[in-house]
Amino acid sequence: MRVSLIVARRELAGYFATPVASVFIVIFLVLQGTLTFNIGNFFERGQADLGAFFAFIPWVFLLLVPAVTMRLWAEERRLGTIELLLSLPIREWEAVVGKFLAAWAFCAIALALTFPIVITVNLLGSPDNGVIVSGYVGALLTAAAFLAIGAAVSALTKNQVIAFVLGVAVCFVFAVTSYPLVTDFLSRQAPVLAAVARRLAVIDRFDDFVRGVVSARDLIFFVTFIGFWLFLNTMIVEARKAD
Amino acid sequence: MSEAEPPLIEIDRLTKRFGHFTAVDDISFEVRRGEVLGFLGPNGAGKSTTMRMLAGFMPPSAGTARICGHDVQADSVAARRMLGFLPEGAPTYPDMTVTGVLTFVARIRGYHGRDLTARLEDAIALTRLESARLQPIETLSKGFKRRVGLALALLHDPPVLVLDEPTDGLDPNQKHEARDLIRSMAQRKAIVISTHILEEVDAVCTRAIIIAAGRIVADETPTALCARHESGRLDDVFRELTTRSAARAAWERSKTLEDAA
Repeated sequence: MRVSLIVARRELAGYFATPVASVFIVIFLVLQGTLTFNIGNFFERGQADLGAFFAFIPWVFLLLVPAVTMRLWAEERRLGTIELLLSLPIREWEAVVGKFLAAWAFCAIALALTFPIVITVNLLGSPDNGVIVSGYVGALLTAAAFLAIGAAVSALTKNQVIAFVLGVAVCFVFAVTSYPLVTDFLSRQAPVLAAVARRLAVIDRFDDFVRGVVSARDLIFFVTFIGFWLFLNTMIVEARKAD
Repeated sequence: MSEAEPPLIEIDRLTKRFGHFTAVDDISFEVRRGEVLGFLGPNGAGKSTTMRMLAGFMPPSAGTARICGHDVQADSVAARRMLGFLPEGAPTYPDMTVTGVLTFVARIRGYHGRDLTARLEDAIALTRLESARLQPIETLSKGFKRRVGLALALLHDPPVLVLDEPTDGLDPNQKHEARDLIRSMAQRKAIVISTHILEEVDAVCTRAIIIAAGRIVADETPTALCARHESGRLDDVFRELTTRSAARAAWERSKTLEDAA
């Protein structure tokens, strides 16, 4: 874990060494603000909560999180620095966890910068701040789930654009698996899968958090889901590092 | 330095296949402390592949390699602690500074505080990087980048050094310095360097291995190697050995294909 934290620190500094960090954070905040106030009708709703804010979070993450993860392994492979990194006394999983933690910390920073909306809603009314906190926890876990997918996908290729597009595609699949379009199709074709698909929907789990419900089932889901993708990421790195 | 000490590098029947292509074909050799082994061969002969397997970066298709007795696959972290590796092309993170990347690697190698500073200063002094300390690596010249790679390999003063083309991209003065550096460390370490520059073999190596088409075609001292050709020049020996063995390998391959058909 010590080694993972060293890798995470370098990786996090790497985001801020380039304009990636500022571009990402600004776009995230502008997008999230516009969606919340204009499309989400934050004021017209007349409710002191962050429903309008959280409604868009998974979709904004869906688009932006793969942009955070696309470079993690693809760039390392393209530059050949993966050979430097993995010939140090370090295990593949330590590097995988380190990179994931850096990306997650970065998303957490971006999310933390949405604090003015929490202040706003508290000034305008008296919201249930417990629900807001659980919504933020859900948002962090949703980001982590998408990050774990994006990081694993990034290890498949040397090309960051491919890593991004694949990342969005795979995240999208896990975002919409509970939608009627998907479940109806699966119920007809493979009823067994329909039940499984419904349980794998990241957005459904997130919605529980937004409603203020923090259940062990959802927490276990996220931990397992993230763990699975990090495991897959390690396998991919082991198999493809030298290609 | 005693003969009784086991070899620091042991390569035993190492083989690497990519599909039907055999890049490294059943090679074995050992390197003891005090030896500087020149690893020669034409492009695509399997030099970098062998070095990558030795660094535990690429898993072999067959055979084993050990560094200071640690198997590079089964006990890879222990093996890599003993190893300083300069990968081909000396890759480093372009957006980091020289000190930044050295600190990162030193931390992963378990140094901190005063130890870390001391290791850093040593490596910077040995590779003459003083003037570039705070420069981002992407702004450095090719020669400086190579020296950063070298500094990363030397950082923990490892008993085994594996350097893939350490002098590539250096100017004649820098080449001279790099060779002096390698020579000065030779007594205490087992060093393998790959190179295209045959004069380098004479200048720093105590032993040379020539590989062609994935196989060892010569393994002796530079002097003995030179004596193989009437001209006494390493160029001629190299050309004769590598072209002949490449032709033979091609012939053998076509023969096995015919047999298969």
